Amino acid sequence: MELRRIEEKVFKTIGLISVTLVVACLLAMILTVVVKGLPALNWQMITQTPKGGYYLGKEGGILNAIIGSIYLAGGATILAFFISLPTALFLQKDYYGKTKLAELVRLALDVLWGIPSIVYGAFGFVFMMYVGMRASLLGGIISLTFVIFPIMTRAIDEILLTIPRDLKEASYAVGATKLETTLSVTIRQAAPGILTGVVLAFGRAIGDAASILFTAGYTDNIPSSLLDPVASLPLAIFFQIGTPYVEVQQRAYASAVILLIVILLLTSLTRLFSRMSENYAVK
Amino acid sequence: MERIFLDKLAGWFTKAVAIFSVGILVLMILGLLIKSDQILSTSSLSKLLLSSEWKPSKGDFGFLPFITGTFIVTLIAMVISVPVCLMSAIYLTEYSGKTARGIVKSGVDTLAGIPSVVFGLWGILFIVPLVRDIIAPAFGVETSGYCILSGSIVLSIMVVPIILSIMEDVILSVPEDLKEASYAVAATKWQTIKYVVIPKTAHGLFSAVILGFSRAFGETMAVLMVVGNVAVHWKSVFDPAYPLTALIANNYGEMLSIPLYDSALMFASLLLLVIVVAFNLMARYILARMKTEEG
Repeated sequence: MELRRIEEKVFKTIGLISVTLVVACLLAMILTVVVKGLPALNWQMITQTPKGGYYLGKEGGILNAIIGSIYLAGGATILAFFISLPTALFLQKDYYGKTKLAELVRLALDVLWGIPSIVYGAFGFVFMMYVGMRASLLGGIISLTFVIFPIMTRAIDEILLTIPRDLKEASYAVGATKLETTLSVTIRQAAPGILTGVVLAFGRAIGDAASILFTAGYTDNIPSSLLDPVASLPLAIFFQIGTPYVEVQQRAYASAVILLIVILLLTSLTRLFSRMSENYAVK
Repeated sequence: MERIFLDKLAGWFTKAVAIFSVGILVLMILGLLIKSDQILSTSSLSKLLLSSEWKPSKGDFGFLPFITGTFIVTLIAMVISVPVCLMSAIYLTEYSGKTARGIVKSGVDTLAGIPSVVFGLWGILFIVPLVRDIIAPAFGVETSGYCILSGSIVLSIMVVPIILSIMEDVILSVPEDLKEASYAVAATKWQTIKYVVIPKTAHGLFSAVILGFSRAFGETMAVLMVVGNVAVHWKSVFDPAYPLTALIANNYGEMLSIPLYDSALMFASLLLLVIVVAFNLMARYILARMKTEEG
């Protein structure tokens, strides 16, 4: 065989091995966590808060962390939406998309997108100290909002770019204002795509630990006000794995299975929405 | 007139919110600068960056072991990840069918969504024993498994989604005509990839690597859980290291009881921010220039 044919075969095989490796890592990870965690998972885990001696291996569950994570991620997603949607609209050509200011905003968003979440957490903590706030649900929500709003803005911005110009022109032609066009044409048309971005951001928020490590605190109770500290699933995993007790470590695996299930559900949901937006949008 | 007024109002509102998001960034940078100022006024910048003396209670804050720790963990992660991602991207775009690419893509998207704590947990369950019982003995070394190599392996998988997806996009952007021209002179697929696709996309591939690097550089929880967190002078990849992110995450409890400690940690945050942002912007700049050259 010619050398170049051999070369072709060799590199094609290396390529195949690489892809297999990537897929194998994903499967190995999900399998390891599920196999380790499933035996420890039971009804008590998801319906009870930790009882006395829980961290020594006694009764209880991680309901506090499940509810806490929903509060944290939910709150942050709502707050981020009110920043992201207007910012994404601002970046459109219809609004200020062509101005120097828009370029500056784009740059700032790129920078914010790249900042590690631990930096948001550390800054958030120092800022909270400065204004005299304790680690709390509110602090956690605000830090998470900063982490996810650049992600959400980018997702919404990309969706808005796909809305056909003609559609908007038609609306302008009958005398609709920008606001009316935005509300009844652009946003409607982009709705499934926007929803995808929102779910994506929620998923990122529910999995992030570094930004809430200092700002949200941790507690065995379900918070009753915004100023109470709050537990979260990622930190529940982190703290439980750090204990020397095998029973508690197993609960960390079980908690990871719960978090993984939530994330996989959210991923399927985004896939569903993006398929919807492909079928439903006017091209 | 009310309609027009509402429309104007909505426009101003988007502008105000957009300015607010720039404001957050400015506030953060300013805040970190102000907090870092305390430590910068007691020790010089070069001493902070180049000294290995870390004794917070005595006021010695040398960040060198943490900086080198971050760099070595990230670099080895890239050495593992980049070839695999490059070959995967080539295989998926040039060799495999659309269906296979779709399946792998949804797998990689799933990988992208998995929280870093779960990566860390998997690292403890799978990678740490792998390194301790198989890889290290193969080199005749004894290690607890909580070491640089474990951190790097976990990170190398975490950055796959970002590197692979950008590399795929970049390779797909090569015009079909160019490749056809190469096939027309009887080049094989690999020759076409080697002489046309890779040179044509080198900048884009490079920026994918930088984006992956900056993502790995700022990663906290997963690395923290497997890398050992001992501020020693590491000599091999089987030694533990203590990255900057782990330093910040592990010490917030103490930072209030020791003077200057909080300022030192804010300086560490600032350092992370500056490095990561510089890498990010560089990659964005390269990608944007590629787009304008094509367009």
